[in-house]
Amino acid sequence: MDLSAISPTLLIAFLMVAATPILLAAIGELVVEKAGVLNLGVEGMMITGAICGFAVAVETGSPVLGFIAAAIGGAILSMIFGVLTQFFLTNQVATGLALTLFGLGLSSLLGQSYVGIKPPGTAKIDIPVLSDILVAGPILFNHDWMVYFTLALVVAIWWVLKFSRMGLIIRAVGENHDAAHALGYKVVRVRLMAIAFGGACAGLGGGYLSLIRVPQWTDGMTAGAGWIALAIVVFASWKPLRVLLGAYLFGGVTILQLNLQAAGLAIPVEYLSMSPYVITIVVLVIMSAPRKGRASLAAPACLGRAFHASS
Amino acid sequence: MVRLEKRPSPSKTWTYLTPIVAVVATMIAGGLMFAALGKDPVEAIRIIFWDPLFHEQFASFSRPQLLVKAAPLILIAIGLSLGFRAGIWNIGAEGQYIMGAIVGAGIGLAFYPLDSFLVFPLMVISGAIGGFLWAMIPGLLRVYFRTNEILVSLLLVYVAEFILASMSLGLLRNPEGAGFPGSRNLKSYPAGHNAELIAGTGMHWGVVAAFIAVIFAYILLARHMLGFQIKLAGQAPRAARFGGVNPDRLILFCLGISGALAGLAGLFEVSGPSGQISIDFNVGYGFTAIIVAFLGRLHPIGILLAGLLMALTYIGGELASLMLGIPAAAIQAFQGMLLFFLLAVDVLTNYRIRFGKAEVA
Repeated sequence: MDLSAISPTLLIAFLMVAATPILLAAIGELVVEKAGVLNLGVEGMMITGAICGFAVAVETGSPVLGFIAAAIGGAILSMIFGVLTQFFLTNQVATGLALTLFGLGLSSLLGQSYVGIKPPGTAKIDIPVLSDILVAGPILFNHDWMVYFTLALVVAIWWVLKFSRMGLIIRAVGENHDAAHALGYKVVRVRLMAIAFGGACAGLGGGYLSLIRVPQWTDGMTAGAGWIALAIVVFASWKPLRVLLGAYLFGGVTILQLNLQAAGLAIPVEYLSMSPYVITIVVLVIMSAPRKGRASLAAPACLGRAFHASS
Repeated sequence: MVRLEKRPSPSKTWTYLTPIVAVVATMIAGGLMFAALGKDPVEAIRIIFWDPLFHEQFASFSRPQLLVKAAPLILIAIGLSLGFRAGIWNIGAEGQYIMGAIVGAGIGLAFYPLDSFLVFPLMVISGAIGGFLWAMIPGLLRVYFRTNEILVSLLLVYVAEFILASMSLGLLRNPEGAGFPGSRNLKSYPAGHNAELIAGTGMHWGVVAAFIAVIFAYILLARHMLGFQIKLAGQAPRAARFGGVNPDRLILFCLGISGALAGLAGLFEVSGPSGQISIDFNVGYGFTAIIVAFLGRLHPIGILLAGLLMALTYIGGELASLMLGIPAAAIQAFQGMLLFFLLAVDVLTNYRIRFGKAEVA
């Protein structure tokens, strides 16, 4: 075993890349849950985004168009969930599960002719002077544009939810939909827009997986990333900046175990591979354990409840 | 303008009609999907729903498959339906199915080559225990730490899949298998083999267990206090608490029973149709069973019928991919669509559709 081969600098740089897809999906889901909707279909929207983005990027040769397609694909799929839960008043847990099952089938259907193809590459932005700084350079200033876009998105969502009128309306709808309705806000419309935004974010996250992180298309390639994104929202107590922390923690565990596998640690590969899932569960337990200020108390009060104007 | 008006009580007629309407709607939408793939939609639907039962050439092969595929779906769905009724969401049945198979097959293989009639019953019990213990993880975490059981049970599926890979490459690998992954084949170990009970019917002990589970679930829900508590906790959680229902006990009961049934399904599968522990042992029964549970309206008899129908789509899907080249993934999308339609049509059970403008109250 040779642990000295693991460079902390590269580790942190890779961590940011590994965390990006989950960060995108989690920040989108955070907005959805803030509006009082629990969409368990993140996994399905991610993988649909992954194949939509991959297919368009391969056909057009443009990764940017690919990412746009990934976002649109995720948003369209999320609208099935939106229409069912908001107009047909279906159970959100069951509908979200259906979305995941359907998304997995649909993506594998769409992706049949794309197995084993290489997508067009996305160049890293090499900021001339900054990327040469000793340790911070490779960590912070030598990534593809999506990493920076995602970070900007997280900050933007934090700002919108905390300081803008729109954020206030979203939170009002999520905390008490009857009061929001009485004040004249369109509960269903706000929720539909939040769901579409969450779908687009999940789609982008999936697109990042298939276009940059892996980069390839394989069936079921999200491998639970959508579920981990859902767990990270709980971990973060529905706070945007803590989502960032959660995603980086998870990205760190993933990259560390991959490096340990490569270094030939005496633990079997399967047990290292399951560690990100186990650690997610452990963190979830710690965050939700009964104590003062526990995470579950921060959940939006109307999370998962259907809204019907006459009731 | 179309609007919804809540019914005073759920409509009886629509409770029975919704699954049928949903299946028909799925056939139409599925037909459109097959047409988009460039296949004849009518022929595709006929091959999926009709040919497995009545085609003169394939039916003799696929009819027994119906029971083989339906048994695990029904077993798992019966367990899940109890939890779903009480608002306890175990969506990690796939993981409990894997763990049941690993523990059960592991115990059986530990006695190899002992020839005793006790080996198989012992395997059945340990399979159930394997699934039960795996489901107790989300259960106990929910009771003691208030951790969301949906996320934990689902994440444990991935953990179980890695354990499965590790087992078929390591501990349970066939010592006479020339280094190939996968355990000894239980078909060549009579004491631990879940053989067909009546040749050519597909009837094995798992099918028997599925029928028993349906009967027990029916009695539990219709006649037993616990069944009443399950229904009450789902429909009116506050009333249930005031009525003395212990929510923690209910969580452990629902997760435990669904885990044990999923573990049983895994054990019957590994000792029968599949024969061995291998990396690709699980094929998603644990997830399809969620659709079965809803399609059967969370009612034992309904689940029995829904399980048979879903098994039919599996077999028909294989047939369709053989005869028309329809990809297997299309069937998965088809099953997902069925759940969408079911949930959407379900609105008619609880709401009435009214046309015209709502008057101001």
